[in-house]
Amino acid sequence: MELVCPAGTPASLRAAVKAGAHAVYCGFADETNARNFPGLNFSREELTEAIAFAHARGAKVLVAINTFPKAGGQDLWHRAVADAERAGADAVILADIGLLAHAARHHPTLRLHLSVQAAAANPDAIGLYVREFGVKRVVLPRVLTVAEIAALNRAVDVETEVFVFGGLCVMAEGRCSLSSYATGRSPNTTGVCSPAEDVVYGTEGGQQTARLGGFLIQRSTPDAPAPYPTLCKGCFSVTDENGEDKRGHVFEDPASLDAAALLPDLAAAGVTALKIEGRQRSRSYVEAVVRSFRAAVDALEAGRPIPEGTLARFAEGGERTTGAYAKPWR
Amino acid sequence: MDLTIGPIQFFWTGEHWLRFYKELAGDPSVTRVVLGEVVCSKRQPFFQTLLPEVVDLLGAAGKDVVLTTLALITHDRERSQTRDLFALGLEVEINDLSALSHVPEGTPFSVGPLVNVYNEGTLGWLAEKGARRVCLPPELPPDSITHLAAAGRDLGVAIEVWGYGRLPLAISARCYHARLHGRGKDACQFVCAEHPDGATVNTLDGTPFLAMNGVQTLSAAHANAARMVDDLVAKGVAALRLSPQTQDFDRIRTLFRDRLEGRIDEKAMLAAMPDLPYADGYLRGEAGASW
Repeated sequence: MELVCPAGTPASLRAAVKAGAHAVYCGFADETNARNFPGLNFSREELTEAIAFAHARGAKVLVAINTFPKAGGQDLWHRAVADAERAGADAVILADIGLLAHAARHHPTLRLHLSVQAAAANPDAIGLYVREFGVKRVVLPRVLTVAEIAALNRAVDVETEVFVFGGLCVMAEGRCSLSSYATGRSPNTTGVCSPAEDVVYGTEGGQQTARLGGFLIQRSTPDAPAPYPTLCKGCFSVTDENGEDKRGHVFEDPASLDAAALLPDLAAAGVTALKIEGRQRSRSYVEAVVRSFRAAVDALEAGRPIPEGTLARFAEGGERTTGAYAKPWR
Repeated sequence: MDLTIGPIQFFWTGEHWLRFYKELAGDPSVTRVVLGEVVCSKRQPFFQTLLPEVVDLLGAAGKDVVLTTLALITHDRERSQTRDLFALGLEVEINDLSALSHVPEGTPFSVGPLVNVYNEGTLGWLAEKGARRVCLPPELPPDSITHLAAAGRDLGVAIEVWGYGRLPLAISARCYHARLHGRGKDACQFVCAEHPDGATVNTLDGTPFLAMNGVQTLSAAHANAARMVDDLVAKGVAALRLSPQTQDFDRIRTLFRDRLEGRIDEKAMLAAMPDLPYADGYLRGEAGASW
């Protein structure tokens, strides 16, 4: 299976390639990609150099242009596709139908991958993207069980890629506007979720707090670990039908996806590529996670047992989950 | 500008459901009604048998009757139900793009707010496939509405905007109502029926923030385009969508109709609205929650 690894910077890209990534994905430093964070991402020159570096070492570079182009401003996204092709990208990762149609028409030899942000979760949706735009690979949304992924792979004739490690969306990707509801900016529109600029940390009543767009997302004792206040992993309260106040992480716990233990099942399910989330993470994080997963993939292919995980220290708040891959998650 | 009544987002009893549509049939202010289940396929059996009666009732009252698809189609059963929708001879509103695979060649259809139509490229592609009306995703800022309404005019696609009701913000494979009760989705025991307008999710300092409705997450505040009516008319928006709720929905319909027909002004409309937390930030290019 191909290991697809994140790179938020040229240094991370080089580290990922050296650590054994078969492919690296990255984006331009603007609203065209879904990790549009300050200080991250690539200029045109940096991308060209990074692709030369990766290609010289046998690794591919995939360029994510996976936000939804703004009405009246589609040129920025069209230019990103053209520039990625010119820089020698092995594929672009797109989510928007209009942009896919544009790429298929104007860049017919450019390989198209369907971003997880398109949330294509069944054979009809996937078939549509394959038929209409010639998509070669689909990154599956994190809402499917392993059994469903296996069934899907039997029903479609396209490569599939699944997330195995890192941040976890609890909502169908590309179909969530919680972030813009609180802050005005969302993954679909500007490529950010729960943006740091809208986070205010404070102390209230002796407890540490984190607010997003003014809404209290977390409150904890000063010595407790405080994960980043991603909206869907916040702590809230709901009054149930008996009038009882239920407090907690009502949507999702602040946990990271770790499907390392499921690699044999994912291989048996017919998955082509394994994706590691985290373009916003540090170079050392990327290097360690890539190295660990490459060892796991190599072991799997050699028929050896998968090495025990050494990645717990990287998980959000130390908690790990296999997410929707196991049905009880639902 | 017309008024469309969106599908009921919540789980209502069959009796409640039928009563709602009987009342709606008698309301001349509404031109278009979108029926059916958009959130969870497990709810469908509870009103499926009542659907033909309501279709006839609304049709006889001169309304355009449209059937919605689910917002997240995953199981094979849901796929075949979606295919069957197109065989009923009524217009279908697609709320999951995968439903496009089932549209019979040459059949016009409409597109609901849960499909990502963010730009002219996507709108044009959907128009080529037969889309005749698109209700825009509520998240879109005013500039985007301007551009898409203009593009829609050129393409012959009517553009609709979310006008009233809790905003559909996210959809998931996980059922939050079941999770709240420590159950899995398959063993949910239909607890979402206990909250016919969704269960309000408060921040820990008591601010109503979001609402859960099974696998769907909505805003706690009710989106309300009352202050943006003139702006949306000027942009060429064809219709406002009102999303059903249990309380005062007849009053809300009447107020929007009176406002559109110039019988009341904005101030009078706002003064007569039910006392609820409101939001219109998206329509003003701000955080969706602002008002």
